[in-house]
Amino acid sequence: MIRVVLPAHLRTLARVDGELKLDVKGPVTQRTVLDALEAHYPMLRGTIRDHVTQQRRPFVRFFACEEDLSHESQDAPLPDAVATGAEPFLIVGAMAGG
Amino acid sequence: MSKIRLLVGTRKGAFILTSDGTRRQWDVTGPHFGGWEMYHLKGSPAEPNRLYASQTSSWFGQIIQRSDDGGKTWHQPGTPPGEPITAPDGSPKGESNKFVYDSSPETGKPLTTHQWYDGTQHPWEFKRVWHLEPSLNDPDTVYAGVEDAALFVSKDGGQNWQELSGLRSAKGHLWQPGAGGMCLHTIVLDRSNPRRMFIAISAAGVFRTDDGGKTWLPANRGLKSKYELPDPDAEVGHCVHRIAMHPSRPNVLFMQKHWDVLRSDNAGESWHKVSGNLPTDFGFPIDVHAHEPDTIYVIPIKSDSEHYPPEGKLRVYRSRMGGNEWEALTKGLPQRDCYVNVLRDAMTVDSLDPCGLYFGTTGGQVYSSADGGDSWTPIVRDFPAVFSVEVQVLS
Repeated sequence: MIRVVLPAHLRTLARVDGELKLDVKGPVTQRTVLDALEAHYPMLRGTIRDHVTQQRRPFVRFFACEEDLSHESQDAPLPDAVATGAEPFLIVGAMAGG
Repeated sequence: MSKIRLLVGTRKGAFILTSDGTRRQWDVTGPHFGGWEMYHLKGSPAEPNRLYASQTSSWFGQIIQRSDDGGKTWHQPGTPPGEPITAPDGSPKGESNKFVYDSSPETGKPLTTHQWYDGTQHPWEFKRVWHLEPSLNDPDTVYAGVEDAALFVSKDGGQNWQELSGLRSAKGHLWQPGAGGMCLHTIVLDRSNPRRMFIAISAAGVFRTDDGGKTWLPANRGLKSKYELPDPDAEVGHCVHRIAMHPSRPNVLFMQKHWDVLRSDNAGESWHKVSGNLPTDFGFPIDVHAHEPDTIYVIPIKSDSEHYPPEGKLRVYRSRMGGNEWEALTKGLPQRDCYVNVLRDAMTVDSLDPCGLYFGTTGGQVYSSADGGDSWTPIVRDFPAVFSVEVQVLS
């Protein structure tokens, strides 16, 4: 299971508390994790990546294993620690603006 | 006795204020959607407990919220509480925040460009919903004015949105953003003619449709923008801040422009200035008394670069002559050291007699008047900056 941590505003929208666990079929990438997330929580569609272009929203960042993965390819494999559930995939609102 | 419900959108959430018809004691609920920018909330005239709300964030984009019980509970249309969040075939539901400009070959409206601040062309990019205008007779039909300026409609209660892309054909390449962005902020429906609608855009001007939104024409003759446009009388490009109409007299429109207060007596075919003796004719909101079609209200702001009341005195100005002759309404409003602004969607009137008025400030106050503006009382003093105020009279 893939562990995903959402920012507070998106947890409220999705009506969830704490960390999420997602079953991701096939390779574990940003795209497949976000596909699974939006399939389970369709109210999040458009809030993390654009509906049409599927590009990450500018003020959203992706962190994992103490690395910033925001600018990695959406189809690049996520670290093994994320794929095995040892570490969470963090979806974070950019710090700008406070 | 009638009940009053105020829908207040702020920079950090939405609030609902209720009172009986005396409008003296108020109950406050909220914040709803705490921490989000709530640009606008409005109830359906056809079903008053049906409310629509624009919830937005620079971080997480646009959300549409709907309430079917007068604001007690909310949901994103397409994902009602208690219902499965996926369609029977497993595909996701919840398309209500999907605002995609129409670039389909069928409509022949390729998404072109508009003018940027520096005069170069810039692609259209959706940012947020500024204004929601529910249909006058169908609770499931609602219009959305968005940034970058365009008009969308939903006919299924806010779940799916389609652009009325004919609007962009009205010289969209000459539209440009004002200081707040290039936003479609005003939607005025005509009770006497369901095919007619007016919209206003900063900075493009007023546009009118007579065929239900398929085609649009600029309605800006008479507007002059000497310091904002190379051609002061241009057909489009004017920074219109707000327009208002009395439902009994749909051919008469009032306008608060960037500078100038204007009036049209022929459904926007031409406009003439009615600023008269106002201390400054810069401002954002304008509204019409519920029972006196020639009584109008504005809140003058010092200038385009100093968005606060002149002399630090918060004054609503009323004209009983449809403009030109104005009186300051000050009783109960701060008359020293006041430097708040009142944004374009942050003033409204109720339909009780005497007519009630309400406005919210960027300083977080919401003021009410139960006597047509003669005297004012703060309902709340310490909200976040107020973006919008709408009122409903409930029987």
